[in-house]
Amino acid sequence: MTRERGDGGDPVGSSLVSTRAAQAHRHGGDVVCAVRGLTKTYPAVRGRRGVPATPEVRATDDVALDVRRGEIFGLLGPNGAGKSTVVRQMTGLMRPDSGSVEILGHDIVRHPERASRILAYLGQESSALDDLTVSLAAETTGRLRGLDARQARAERDDVLDELGLAALASRPLRKLSGGQRRLACFAAALVGQRPLLVLDEPTTGMDPVARRAVWSAVDRRRAEHGTTVLLVTHNVIEAETVLDRVAVLDRGRVIACDTPNGLKEQVAGEVRVELVWREAAPLHVPEVAALRDRAAESGRRWTLRLAPEEARTVVATVTGGAAFAALDDFTLATPSLEDVYLALGGAVRQGLVKA
Amino acid sequence: MSVVPAGALPAGVLTAEEAAPARPAALGPRARLWPSLAAVYRAQLSRARVARIPLLFVATFQSVGIMILMRGVVDGGGAARAVVAGSSVLVVAFVALNLLAQYFGQLRASGGLDHYATLPVPPAAVVLGAAGAYASFTVPGTVVTAVVGCALFGLPLAHLWILVAVIPLAGAALAGLGAALGLLAPRPELATLLGQLGMSAALLLGVLPPERMPQAVRLARDLLPSTYGVEAFARTFAPHPDWAHVLGDLAVCGMVGVISLAVATRAYRRAAVR
Repeated sequence: MTRERGDGGDPVGSSLVSTRAAQAHRHGGDVVCAVRGLTKTYPAVRGRRGVPATPEVRATDDVALDVRRGEIFGLLGPNGAGKSTVVRQMTGLMRPDSGSVEILGHDIVRHPERASRILAYLGQESSALDDLTVSLAAETTGRLRGLDARQARAERDDVLDELGLAALASRPLRKLSGGQRRLACFAAALVGQRPLLVLDEPTTGMDPVARRAVWSAVDRRRAEHGTTVLLVTHNVIEAETVLDRVAVLDRGRVIACDTPNGLKEQVAGEVRVELVWREAAPLHVPEVAALRDRAAESGRRWTLRLAPEEARTVVATVTGGAAFAALDDFTLATPSLEDVYLALGGAVRQGLVKA
Repeated sequence: MSVVPAGALPAGVLTAEEAAPARPAALGPRARLWPSLAAVYRAQLSRARVARIPLLFVATFQSVGIMILMRGVVDGGGAARAVVAGSSVLVVAFVALNLLAQYFGQLRASGGLDHYATLPVPPAAVVLGAAGAYASFTVPGTVVTAVVGCALFGLPLAHLWILVAVIPLAGAALAGLGAALGLLAPRPELATLLGQLGMSAALLLGVLPPERMPQAVRLARDLLPSTYGVEAFARTFAPHPDWAHVLGDLAVCGMVGVISLAVATRAYRRAAVR
């Protein structure tokens, strides 16, 4: 039995505290990147043989954002929420149907080619670098970012050392594990300093050591150069720990934008109770049967969002009497960003990752 | 700089009044054409070395095999020259046209072009660097095929130096065509198909002696850029090569190369920003 996790009335579960929120203000609050009314609709596609028709999709719907200097600003949402589409429009890779994107005073909708001279972008795909060695991928990217050969080599060596990739420098990216490959692409994004880093799910597949390398490299650039970071993520834990502010996206719309703690205060009156039954819920116990309507069921797991008082009663009920025999595990936690997302009316249940 | 201090900003989404900094920030440097072309060329050549060496063997064996087959049919003279020249240029077609079309088709479909599109690099550097690398990659296979062909058919090796001009010019024409096909094809499978078809055309129309072809096929042969590389090369096997014609054929190759690389560059620009 793993009952230690449910430590009674002291809810700790996901109350990770972001200490970085204050840093954004230290760097000053001027806006690096301003997005207004960004809208993009993918046209309907007529079905072909073997390919079903898709209706018109509004990928971004009147998105407005302000990213301030020196902060790590997050776009959080489940897969398909439109995060990458927003980012592609902000990096000049995709032309919006309407709306404006201004980065450091440059109109990116009118001059998409300027984006490449202001920001470094780490996309989700590595296919352009896959057959290169780690070292050559970083060096070539530096040269194409306008560095001369000597600078590119020097920055390459610095970045590979900083990220702990020196030992892998002569290996082709294709031969690396997913996390290592991702780290190598991140290294390429860092060669050739830029005031804005746009990172689309940078830590996917990485082990904790590599993640730490990524965030300390980001922190160093923030401290030394006031670098601003726009981060796309669907990982709730990462969002809570690294972001200064976060915009929550759902079906192409920004449904909330605040610090992670500020967002969590919106649902502060609630506590999340998770009950895991051994086999089936003991519905013969009247108190349990009464809870069923309010629980989100997923197999043996029930998730309830309750007022603290109610939560205490529920815990007392299931840890004593007849229900206890059927109980495998329970947890009691303060709300996470996932709860915020669901409370705000997020559409896709379980679309967010907690890892 | 912003006039609104951070503390005064509302926590939620800001309204349009708070504008971004008044004065645009300085842009990073633009990558210049030649250094970035050199960087792409170097990276692509190393890529090709890692991933494409087996395919170069395939290309070479295919050409040598064709020449061995044709030895039973062709008995010296003009036909033999056409076979050797055609088989040699076929190696260029295999790598520069077929493989490059596949590469750009896949890069475009997988979103790999985003990497280049978010770097301040001139489109021409990406296309020319890749095309140049693929064309250079054909050099060993083409030379081996030409030497083996000369040995098989008893042709003189004296003017093989012409390959120094034939490979880059035919390479430019075919690589430009391959890059354009790969970047314009709406789906990667289609890019692969077009690349393969182009190579088959180069094989059938380039290797077989033209004298025995029907009129319509000869017209198609004249439209294929690799033909001029083949002709130029074949002419140099003559006892007294007609250098004016050789130069003319090579000029056609070069022109087609310029046009197709320009088309490929435009196609890249279009494919990069969707």
